[in-house]
Amino acid sequence: MSDSNEASSSEASSSEEAKQAWQEAFDASKLRDVDFQTMSGVPVEPVYGDAPYPGQYPFTRGVYPSMYRSRLWTMRMFAGFGTAEDTNGRFKELLRSGGTGLSTAFDMPTLMGKDSDHDWSLGEVGKAGVAIDTLADMEDLFADIDLSGVSTSMTINGPAPILMAMYVAVAENNGVERSKLGGTIQADILKEYQAQKEYIFPPRPSMRLITDMMKFTSAEMPRWHPISISGYHIREAGSTAAQELAFTLGNGFAYIEAAIEAGLDVDEFAPRLSFFFNSHLDFFEEIGKFRAARRIWARWLKERYGAKTDKAMLMRFHTQTAGVSLTAQQPEINIARVAIQALAGVLGGTQSLHTDSFDEALALPTEKAARIALRTQQIVAHETGVANVADPLGGSEYVEWMTDEMERQAEAIFAHVDDLGDGSMLEGAYAGIENGYYVGEIADAAYRFEREVNAGRRIVVGVNEFTEGDDSDNETLYIGAEVEEYQLKRLGDVKQKRDAAAVKASLDNLVAVASTPDQNTMPAFIDAVKAYATEGEIVEALEGVYGVYVEKAIV
Amino acid sequence: MSDASDAGATGDEKPFRVVLAKLGLDGHDRGLKVVARMLRDGGLEVIYLGLRQTTEQVIAAVEQEDADAIGISMLNGGHLALSKKMIDALNDADVGVPLIVGGIVPEGDVEKLQELGVAAILGPGSSSEDCVQAVREAVAASA
Repeated sequence: MSDSNEASSSEASSSEEAKQAWQEAFDASKLRDVDFQTMSGVPVEPVYGDAPYPGQYPFTRGVYPSMYRSRLWTMRMFAGFGTAEDTNGRFKELLRSGGTGLSTAFDMPTLMGKDSDHDWSLGEVGKAGVAIDTLADMEDLFADIDLSGVSTSMTINGPAPILMAMYVAVAENNGVERSKLGGTIQADILKEYQAQKEYIFPPRPSMRLITDMMKFTSAEMPRWHPISISGYHIREAGSTAAQELAFTLGNGFAYIEAAIEAGLDVDEFAPRLSFFFNSHLDFFEEIGKFRAARRIWARWLKERYGAKTDKAMLMRFHTQTAGVSLTAQQPEINIARVAIQALAGVLGGTQSLHTDSFDEALALPTEKAARIALRTQQIVAHETGVANVADPLGGSEYVEWMTDEMERQAEAIFAHVDDLGDGSMLEGAYAGIENGYYVGEIADAAYRFEREVNAGRRIVVGVNEFTEGDDSDNETLYIGAEVEEYQLKRLGDVKQKRDAAAVKASLDNLVAVASTPDQNTMPAFIDAVKAYATEGEIVEALEGVYGVYVEKAIV
Repeated sequence: MSDASDAGATGDEKPFRVVLAKLGLDGHDRGLKVVARMLRDGGLEVIYLGLRQTTEQVIAAVEQEDADAIGISMLNGGHLALSKKMIDALNDADVGVPLIVGGIVPEGDVEKLQELGVAAILGPGSSSEDCVQAVREAVAASA
């Protein structure tokens, strides 16, 4: 009896202490200059409920004590199409209309490490993103944008070190030191084999290149996030919410293990990792997923990987609304879907957000559609009042249950992967890629969903119900063949002007370094891009060392 | 060959055989994999080649497997160029099986694909029945 009294009084005092600690941290936070009250003038508290509070381990309720009262999420709109100059124009437009970060979409040849003049690139140059062959294109892409003043995200994986090297080179050629560069490169190669399929080399050499990049940025680029561990594509490929959560965090643990093996200190390295999730339509499941993600990450970092600092345990993430949920039918109604998904991301405590454009089931977005998407998150931020209170759904029995349930399902998947790897999450990831575990699970889930839609057990508005309405006559962005022609000419010109001997020497050096396990490849990548070696030349040189990855075709 | 196709068209003896592939660099295979299972559930035989196939690989599979139709899946805007490449290769090799294109095809390009000789185009939201039906009709029309 007295024991339990003691226990409850110590709980009470620790709860008091947590409250006080939170209050002190909150008071030390700089707040935005807005009135934190409802539309009707009722002042509201920065947080409600009990400990642990936002900014306190295990961070279920958010990573910062004051959350959006201090800083809204970054409205980071993914853009890229056509030539580098075209995308540069879109970037400037986004910055002018209040976007605060750049996010670059590359075209398929760039993502796959092929030059625009490669046979395989036919018809795909500049289509789904911007075409980059050499440093010259990267110079055009960021022309007249002060790289020390923006944070840039680059969505590229297989050839990530090459594009990273180009970004550094552009900055340095403009007199901006690499240490001043802020941003993120996706470089999450594991999910490529699992879901997105934009791989080049086999998993292990790919991990070596990624690890080199992690080491390089750790040492020289303090504001850079060298990996964005991405569930987005896993979800788009068809996974469930819990699979997205578990595969993504499992990959995160694999990168942590690779970094520890490479001699990096988890407390120095882990804070540089960031995450990227999908925000789909099942509102509370998504919010539970986001909350569970933070909690799981913090616990594993602390308990399994021995992190000691809060910073290392904090999961910060970017969110994008679910492209796969957009319908080609009655496309305007996608604006409503996107708004709901954006709200889920914000209520889940995201650090940055991309809202999809309503016309993206049809083509890349028009400028108008992209603006509506940005405006959607501005409405969430400035008109709805949801940014006033941190984790406003925390304490709801349903939301807390859903958070626990997401965590429970994820833990079951981690146990399986850990088992596949005999106690190593990194080896487990390799093994699951090798034996088709991830692709099989994802394909099963995708098919289950499709059958439910087919059978009418799941309603998709405008597709299998409520189908009347105007489906056509939408203006879409059309990328013509002239982009390809322009890009081929550009590439030809660059090849003509550059010093061929310098290109060859830089590639020979890269191959030599890539063949030597203990040397870091990043400086050799930077030298090669500065000599205007093309992306395709660099990739081909490395294929000679590492080989290429071919997926087993299984349905 | 035409006997076998006729038998298949009535849904009796030999089931239709369809080669499914993605051409080009695009790695979005969710749709194609779902379609593969739909067609299987619909009683067709599926030869799934997967990602980054060349037109030569597709044609070799058609010949080897004695397939009745080809389905290719597009998402990234490469549908015109890649469909043309596939049709040209089929013509050059004198292989007379119908080509069905699935995925994201803008309204304005549908006619262009038809002019190229694409037998059917299956857009997003196509049901399981739509897919099976499209294959049956395309094969029947080409027989």
